[in-house]
Amino acid sequence: MPLPWRLEGGSCLQYIIAFLVGGAICAVGQLIIDTTKCSNAHLLVGMVCVGAVLSGLGLYEPFQEFAGAGALVPVLGFGSSITKGMLSEIQRLGWEGLFTGAFEITGLGLAASIVFSSILALLRKPHK
Amino acid sequence: MSNRVGEHTVTFSRGPRIISSHTVVGPLEGEGPYALDFDEILPDDELGQKTPEKTERLMLEIVLEKTLQKRNTKIDDVQFIIAGDLLNQITTSTLASSTFAAPFLGVYGACSTFAEAMGLAATLLQGDFAEQVLIGTASHYQTAERQYRYPIELNVQHISSNQHTVTGAGAALLGFSDQGPQVTHATFGAIVDMGLKDAQDMGSAMAPAAFSTIKQHLKDTGRSLEDYDMVLTGDLGKQGRKMLRILLTKEGVPGLERLQDGGSQIYSESQKAGAGGSGAACIAVMTLGYGLNMLKYHKAQRILIVATGALLSPLTVLQGESIPCIAHAIALEA
Repeated sequence: MPLPWRLEGGSCLQYIIAFLVGGAICAVGQLIIDTTKCSNAHLLVGMVCVGAVLSGLGLYEPFQEFAGAGALVPVLGFGSSITKGMLSEIQRLGWEGLFTGAFEITGLGLAASIVFSSILALLRKPHK
Repeated sequence: MSNRVGEHTVTFSRGPRIISSHTVVGPLEGEGPYALDFDEILPDDELGQKTPEKTERLMLEIVLEKTLQKRNTKIDDVQFIIAGDLLNQITTSTLASSTFAAPFLGVYGACSTFAEAMGLAATLLQGDFAEQVLIGTASHYQTAERQYRYPIELNVQHISSNQHTVTGAGAALLGFSDQGPQVTHATFGAIVDMGLKDAQDMGSAMAPAAFSTIKQHLKDTGRSLEDYDMVLTGDLGKQGRKMLRILLTKEGVPGLERLQDGGSQIYSESQKAGAGGSGAACIAVMTLGYGLNMLKYHKAQRILIVATGALLSPLTVLQGESIPCIAHAIALEA
């Protein structure tokens, strides 16, 4: 059953929720960077793992339903997509899905970021 | 061993002097509170070079060349070049010095390199092994950042205990003359490693080294901090400066108001440079700019330079080693 604010075409409230939830996830990341000895790499990998585990436990899906892009865009969503891709490939192929599934959904994002950053690196000088 | 006083200090009775010097700094340092003390402020931090490593090398060449020019000396009349920098295998110094045909001695003491070079130069002069010795160091924010921390392109956020590597270079010609500040003592420090491992907070790791060298220097020479008009440490930054004061206070050393720190002072508060400046060029430009001007305009008669260095490498940090630190002290008199 769709939640009351998930109206056809999206309502204003939906945008606000996505903004607040996405911002809250980023704020947690910033707090971890500021208050612990974690490096950016630790945080990035940690967030992906948390997303993947939550998704595996079936907890990320309802959260994503509630927050929309606010849950999908941060790197937690990337972790969740890894698990989702894996689960669907396992159903299709069996155990081989563990190996083919990780990039099933995330492959698009990975390839796009490599292609676009390569193009930009050719066109522009990096910021100092 | 008549040139020694105490355990770790050497003294220079023949009176070697800094007879010429030149400093260049980048645009950020040129906006700081000591801008007027530097000889040259670069319009940008690239100088038309393709990489920051090339810029760093060019800056060192510029200061070495201009130091000679100011004194009207040719490189043939210099018996040694002593130089060092922060990059792997001190390539900035070797590449820059390749255009100068004089015997080259490369030194590495991280941010303390400049004082090490000056102490060695004075020792060579005192021992009559040379008439004139040229010393120089350089560092560049971008080269240090990508070697020791992250690539600039990654745009990693800095935390408040991070120090900002000074873009700049300093060179000095040491020799005998009746003018210029005299190098009277050098106290070469021993390695001090208190087991600190946080590469994001090198000031705290270096403070005990500065403390140990200052204590040793005062003990060896029988002086107190009050015998100096200024004690310029560098580059402890805000964290390290605080810690050094705590250590000296505990020891009951009087004259703490004489303490100044090159790293914490080179940038103003509003420049948001974390805990302050660092890098091989920091104490070099602060000494040759600010320090020498204090002596020249009689605001100080006698100063002590205590240059500190954190002798870590990116590899040792990843392998979980602690940060060995060092401090060398040089006493200068007008």
